[in-house]
Amino acid sequence: MTTRTMELMVGVFAAAAIAALLFLALQVANTSDSTRGETYTLVAKFDNVGGLKVRSPVKVGGVLVGRVSAIQLEGDYYEPVVEMQISMRYNRFPETSTASILTSGIIGEQYIGLEPGFIDDFVEILGDGGEIPNTNSAMVLENLIGQFLFSQGEK
Amino acid sequence: MSMFHLLGRNILNNIQGVGQATIMLAQALIGKPQPRKMLPLLIRQLYVVGVQSMLIIIISGLFIGMVLGLQGYTILVDFGAEQALGPMVALSLLRELGPVVTALLFAGRAGSALTAEIGLMRATEQLSSLEMMAVDPLRRVIAPRFWAGVISMPLLALMFNAVGIYGGFMVGVEWLGVDDGAFWSVMQSSVHWQDDVMNGVIKSLVFAVVVTWIALFKGYTATPTSPGISAATTQTVVYSSLAVLGLDFVLTAIMFG
Repeated sequence: MTTRTMELMVGVFAAAAIAALLFLALQVANTSDSTRGETYTLVAKFDNVGGLKVRSPVKVGGVLVGRVSAIQLEGDYYEPVVEMQISMRYNRFPETSTASILTSGIIGEQYIGLEPGFIDDFVEILGDGGEIPNTNSAMVLENLIGQFLFSQGEK
Repeated sequence: MSMFHLLGRNILNNIQGVGQATIMLAQALIGKPQPRKMLPLLIRQLYVVGVQSMLIIIISGLFIGMVLGLQGYTILVDFGAEQALGPMVALSLLRELGPVVTALLFAGRAGSALTAEIGLMRATEQLSSLEMMAVDPLRRVIAPRFWAGVISMPLLALMFNAVGIYGGFMVGVEWLGVDDGAFWSVMQSSVHWQDDVMNGVIKSLVFAVVVTWIALFKGYTATPTSPGISAATTQTVVYSSLAVLGLDFVLTAIMFG
């Protein structure tokens, strides 16, 4: 084994490792997460956040625009407040927008569905730290079943 | 009394061993860098330690990925969740199996060879001859082998991961008929570059240091007889495997706990 062939083989070894790294970077992992760039914060108050977690996705029409960054109770009545980091590419949500806690599939994860509202002269665009006033809380299965049974009983 | 006596002696011996190993590594690595002298030695060791371990790593990676695909499919298909096969294969390889199995194979394939080589150098007094010629054996023999091990193991683990995921793809998609697009897109949405891929690389870097260090130290301090070298080689494989598995739990608890 001459030094030259050895150097060649080590070169091939390194190239194979770089190829593996590229494969992992481009095909396996998601590096183009829209929540990794510049973001701004929106907050929303809910009655019940259900199974929402930190890092749960925030979607508009099914497209990922941000992630939940914090969930905590605030105020005298301990209302759950959700903070989300939204990508700067989507920075024109009017204050008439609606945030709902939805579930992907029947047993899927919960996420926040944002719905942009109408815009006219009197509607402000939400800035950093802006609060979305219209919210729909998570559906709680037990409550739904309770309501269903109650409505059955009335008939 | 003799039981405590024995226990105390064992503990003292172990602590002494750790100290000796640290001194050996420090003397080998700390010093003026001599790139012109060291680079050819390093390339030679990269060839012996890295390139020659490539085949066993790639083949085992392929088979482990294929087995993961097969086993995962038979369980997931019961829940109608066979799309989750992609993330299952990718995450178990990237987080655990890639770094750990690579380190275990590396300890068996390259670590034992390093111990035997250096032990035999000691037995045939090649190390003493180097010292007679005013060449520091730690800098000339130990240092290039250490760096070669530390550089090659993360690279081998990356190859293991890539080939393993491809093996899972072959079995899951081509053979068992999981949807091609779903396999990759569900995988991409649940694998994170920093949390999963990079933590796996950090893990395998830690394993690389530990396995190479144990192999070199066991070789350097081997009793210079045939049974001594044989015992040192066995100890290398046993100690590094145990260290890898134990450290893996600690690292997992820190990274993903």
